[in-house]
Amino acid sequence: MTHTPTQVVSAGVDLFADAVAAQAVPVSRVAWQPPMTGTEQDLATVAADPLRHEANERALAAMLGVQAVLVDVAPASEVLGLERGEFLHAGPPIAWEQASGPLRGALMGAAALEGLVEDPEDAVALFASGEGIRLEPCHHRGTVGPMAGLVTPSMWMFVLEDPTTGRRTHCSLNEGLGKVLRYGAYGPEVLERLRWMSAVLGPVLAAAVRGHGPVDVTGILTQMLQMGDEAHNRNRAGTLMLMRDLAPAIVESGHDTGDIGDVLRFVGGNDHFFLNLAMPACKLALDAARDIDGSTMVVAMARNGTEFGIQVSGTGDTWFTGPANLADGLFLGDFGPEDANPDIGDSAITETAGIGGFAMATAPAIVRLVGGTVPDALATSRRMHEITLGENPRWSIPVLEFQGVPTGIDVTRVCRTGILPQINTGMAGREAGVGQVGAGLVTPPAEIFPKALAALAERTRERGQSFSTGA
Amino acid sequence: MSHTHVEVRGGAYADSVTLLQVSRTVQATEGVEAAQVAMATALNIEVLEQMGFTVPSEATPNDMLVALRLASEEALDPALGAVRDALAEAGRARDQGETGLEPPRTTGAAFRRTGEGLALVSVPGGNALVEAMDALDAGRDVMIFSDNVPLAEELALKQAATARGLLVMGPDCGTAVVGGLGLGFANSTSPGPVGMVAASGTGCQQLLALLDHAGVGVGSALGVGGRDLSADVGGLSTREALRRLDADDEVELIVVVSKPPDPEVATAIREYAGTLATPVEFALLGPGQPDLTAAAEAVLTRLGRELPTWPARGAAAAAGDGTLLRGLFVGGTLCDEAMLIASAELGPVRSNIPLSPELALGSDLDADDHLMVDFGDDSLTAGRAHPMIDPTLRLEHLSRVAADPRTGVLLLDVVLGHGADPDPAATLAPALADVRQPVVVALVGTALDPQGLDRQARALTEAGAEVHLSNARATRRALELLGGHR
Repeated sequence: MTHTPTQVVSAGVDLFADAVAAQAVPVSRVAWQPPMTGTEQDLATVAADPLRHEANERALAAMLGVQAVLVDVAPASEVLGLERGEFLHAGPPIAWEQASGPLRGALMGAAALEGLVEDPEDAVALFASGEGIRLEPCHHRGTVGPMAGLVTPSMWMFVLEDPTTGRRTHCSLNEGLGKVLRYGAYGPEVLERLRWMSAVLGPVLAAAVRGHGPVDVTGILTQMLQMGDEAHNRNRAGTLMLMRDLAPAIVESGHDTGDIGDVLRFVGGNDHFFLNLAMPACKLALDAARDIDGSTMVVAMARNGTEFGIQVSGTGDTWFTGPANLADGLFLGDFGPEDANPDIGDSAITETAGIGGFAMATAPAIVRLVGGTVPDALATSRRMHEITLGENPRWSIPVLEFQGVPTGIDVTRVCRTGILPQINTGMAGREAGVGQVGAGLVTPPAEIFPKALAALAERTRERGQSFSTGA
Repeated sequence: MSHTHVEVRGGAYADSVTLLQVSRTVQATEGVEAAQVAMATALNIEVLEQMGFTVPSEATPNDMLVALRLASEEALDPALGAVRDALAEAGRARDQGETGLEPPRTTGAAFRRTGEGLALVSVPGGNALVEAMDALDAGRDVMIFSDNVPLAEELALKQAATARGLLVMGPDCGTAVVGGLGLGFANSTSPGPVGMVAASGTGCQQLLALLDHAGVGVGSALGVGGRDLSADVGGLSTREALRRLDADDEVELIVVVSKPPDPEVATAIREYAGTLATPVEFALLGPGQPDLTAAAEAVLTRLGRELPTWPARGAAAAAGDGTLLRGLFVGGTLCDEAMLIASAELGPVRSNIPLSPELALGSDLDADDHLMVDFGDDSLTAGRAHPMIDPTLRLEHLSRVAADPRTGVLLLDVVLGHGADPDPAATLAPALADVRQPVVVALVGTALDPQGLDRQARALTEAGAEVHLSNARATRRALELLGGHR
């Protein structure tokens, strides 16, 4: 027989939901609201795209299927072919003229690090002239960088690989907190630390990784998410697990014991060390979902300190950008909101992959750091399921009954609900050279999602798979 | 000194029925002469301007309007308080979940939480495809009550559903019964041997009501939307509905009720019906076709049942000097059926859903001619609740038509069932009491309907109307009453 429905999902007029409930059938009521202004027609076009559903399933499955392993540590000149005068930075493309304080500071420090100038202050004229200088987003070179995200030829990089396909992603080594290059500081102590990292930290880690063999970064992420890390603003458990895995090989690397002691102290003293492995692992997974025609899944969210940009699977390499927001959170010392630069860094790749702010519920220890409460954290993680395509069965949150993290941000769902991705972030000082001033929560500028949606709709129409030409 | 207050609330939203209730609650507040809380759709702005309010030009359909006319400025604060309380009350009802979790924001998110059942979509038409597609993506059937859904979007949905073996009921599907569960405007039915495929909501409801009176139950009535049997859509949902009912062992006879289908589609559907194990009866409303009451009789005959007497109660007033028939309907198919029957006798009948284009009415819905208006038509429901829920528009028009000396006889429908006005007679009967002309009402409902069929009939007859269960009978009776004066 035709069965009585076991449930009715009702979107729209409450009265009809009431009528179903009055007939003793359970009703799930959708708290429907109109979509973002001006998106109605594009939403219908994209929703009706015959490619969309399967394309999104493929994108999600491709992303979830990636196992990221750390296979090498090596200079950027070797693994990225970076040359003198080339600077990789976080976020979408940007020129010196538009660059914010922290990005400028980091560029100035990096120019001094590479010997292009003696004094970082001299780099201002160099970048203004643009001679022999090339700025390029990390994302364009299979790389991600936290905050300013500077990568130059002499910097040593983590090299992560997907063993199934041989695809690779890269990230620099984490400098620690405070006055550091990625937050726009470029003082002598910053450059000295960077030189030590290239001279000692990189080579020791390289030897250790070769001695130990590939390190399962995705596996560590699985565990750290159950140990109170959300892998963006808290990486303490992940860092310790990496140390556990590599320490024997570090000790046996044959390097000077003093250097080995320094390396172990440096890594152990930097709770964010693992962030620079979590980020390229996320990028490696998301890159697998790129370039699937019809897919509405976001494959990158990144900020350059001026603009926030996203890339979407179904629209190739196009960046959809808008002005970066200021984070809302807590400030270090005497710093206040007026000292903060707008949002910066490629680290929102963690949220794009379903962790960081999306996994806030699993990191109650840091909810105060970013100015939130534990109930907020639980609600945030749940809310992110409204805008994602699925869940990650590998990365689960114990306190939410081991529900997988919300994964695969869907441009259409963001436009429909108006719910923006929640990002946990550090805050850089507005002025070049200041460094970190705080940490907090931030969202992308809302308008970039309708922009991406319009491009998806345009592609649907170009394929001749739209009905809406006359509408 | 009367005081006016108009306010645009950006980003606030509630559905049209909820806002209707909010408006009524606020209207009842002391010192409030008129209150409209509505989304700023073009139609609602027009209504507000007709009421004498000036709506700020920056208002978009995503904004909520609060428009108040007050006895004095002092009444403003209590009135705004009443708006706040009424909206909060409505919001509480919506957010009440057993889990304490935030409610799902999309149909897709709701299915991801439970993964069961079917979807009922009644969001504004421009947003319906997106919600309905969520259901199809989740592998679930969907009923789309929403009207104003573009034809091409309907086709896209039905093609997607066909590829996945799913059923799209609608768009503009007012009524469905699925395994005994009434969806949208649906009458309470008993289980029984008839399965229905309905391209017409009120046509389906008329058959449900007549069969119920004859003691024949309908286990499922699967709506398909009024355009399903058009050449463009090609009967995609009708086929799927037929397949489902054929597979249902309890169904002895399938009835397809529709406006006249495209001839080629009709041939193809009849061919398909011929391949099924279950016999199929077609009730196709159109010129020269049997009316819905005759169709119900054919079904009863085919099932070997006795034909009952179709009930009629009360006695209409004697006709006066007016010579024109004026039909005011909430059901599109009931309006269609009445026009078909009436025009066979009276000649052309003007309408907003005319039988042929040259009979169309202007936006004033008036003509120096016989006319019938469907207040449930898309053009009169954009951004406001259906007239089966919100009687305002029809009641307004009723008073105008009754005051018109040309009006000879008034023909109305009243449709009962789940989702509809809980007591339509409560507003209609007082309005009828002032009407001098004879009034005939087609009261479409079953004995089990929540409004109480008998109670409604009594209230209407007491107000002077003659009440029929059969719309065709009601129409013929109206013609009879008009007869002596033509």
